[in-house]
Amino acid sequence: MYNFNFEPVFAGFDQLLLGAWLTIQLSVAAMIIGLIVSIACAAGKTSGIAPLRWVIDAYIEIIRNTPFLVQIFFIFFGLPSLGIFLTPNSAALVALVVNFGAYGTEIIRAGIESIQKGQIEAGTALGLSKLQIFRYIIMKPALRTVYPSLTSQFIYLMLTSSVVSAISADDLAAAGNNLQSQTFASFEVYIVITVMYLVMSVGFSTIFSIIEKAAFKYPLSR
Amino acid sequence: MPLIRPFGINEFWIIVLAAQWTIALSAIAFAGGGIGGLLIALLRVSDAKWPRLIATGFIRIFQGTPLLMQLFLVFFGMNILGFAINPWLAATVALTLHASAFLGEIWRGCIEAVPPGQREAATALGLRYFNRMRYIVLPQASKIAVAPTVGFLVQLIKGTSLAAIIGFTELTRQGQIINNATFSPFMVFGTVAAVYFVLCWPLSVLARRMELRFSRATAR
Repeated sequence: MYNFNFEPVFAGFDQLLLGAWLTIQLSVAAMIIGLIVSIACAAGKTSGIAPLRWVIDAYIEIIRNTPFLVQIFFIFFGLPSLGIFLTPNSAALVALVVNFGAYGTEIIRAGIESIQKGQIEAGTALGLSKLQIFRYIIMKPALRTVYPSLTSQFIYLMLTSSVVSAISADDLAAAGNNLQSQTFASFEVYIVITVMYLVMSVGFSTIFSIIEKAAFKYPLSR
Repeated sequence: MPLIRPFGINEFWIIVLAAQWTIALSAIAFAGGGIGGLLIALLRVSDAKWPRLIATGFIRIFQGTPLLMQLFLVFFGMNILGFAINPWLAATVALTLHASAFLGEIWRGCIEAVPPGQREAATALGLRYFNRMRYIVLPQASKIAVAPTVGFLVQLIKGTSLAAIIGFTELTRQGQIINNATFSPFMVFGTVAAVYFVLCWPLSVLARRMELRFSRATAR
């Protein structure tokens, strides 16, 4: 019978907490920057300029049909041969932004396409500028429509971010790798880390539903 | 032999051929996940409370934790249970469990999308749970399920790349090995990505087409 020994894991718990904090920072930063990328790409994709649409489509298809691990290897090991050198943490952030951007674009595009043409025409008739129409008439209701998909994509992003430990960034999974090589209590370390990830994903979905209730209080239609 | 050899046609083929392990791993996990997923989906829509709770817990845990951690836990957990450390077996077991949870959740949605009147009519005709599912609900649910299932297969193929981290030599791991020998990461990981793309993209397109056809068929 195997004797579980969690003592060394909790002795190094501060390392794990530090890792968890970096995972949160990394995911939140990647989400915010990735969301900007997504909105820009979705606007470009629905703009009707054909070459722009092809480039964005190629970006989305390439990212969505290759594994994140290969993307991060490509960015971390491949880009230096083009003269772009990144630290593990910044390579991780770039990879997560690029990855989230592709999924986010498709989600936001779906939201934009759910807006009826009449709404946009009404905006034009009221004399709103192109930017105002995009901001108030398209994006505001579109973001509300796709909010649930965006938040579950974020949680997926946070879980995926564990893969950045493969290039030894300082995230939670990497903190776990270090701790298990110091303590040799591999199974116990990964049990604790897995529970920490579970707590973070449950925590974030709770926060997101609180935000949803606060931000989308206004009625959908009269 | 020089320490670093150039990236040539041989290296290219070694990488391409390593895709067979990615395909094998995906196929086994998909088949196992199909059986497990059906079980989870049926438990999840069961009339009894306990099976429903167990299935929900299983799905929550696997959807709320990283696949990488699931792989590590199975990898080290098998050792604790007395099995020798075996990346191939660990990857297969972990990906099967992972696929069971995700397919279970996808198929639960499909089962619930079948209009409740169908189930009620079957009950009224005197069909018990098994026959009701076998002849009435599942045939209709399976039509809805095809497109999202193919979509998940893409996710599963990409997920098998993580088996490289626990040391199973599939496509990504083979890329790392070749990269260590040739040190041309741009070419190596470009090739690896291209092979994944060739595997996944047709499936993505297929899933999208089926989804479109299905939504057109049900729009009437």
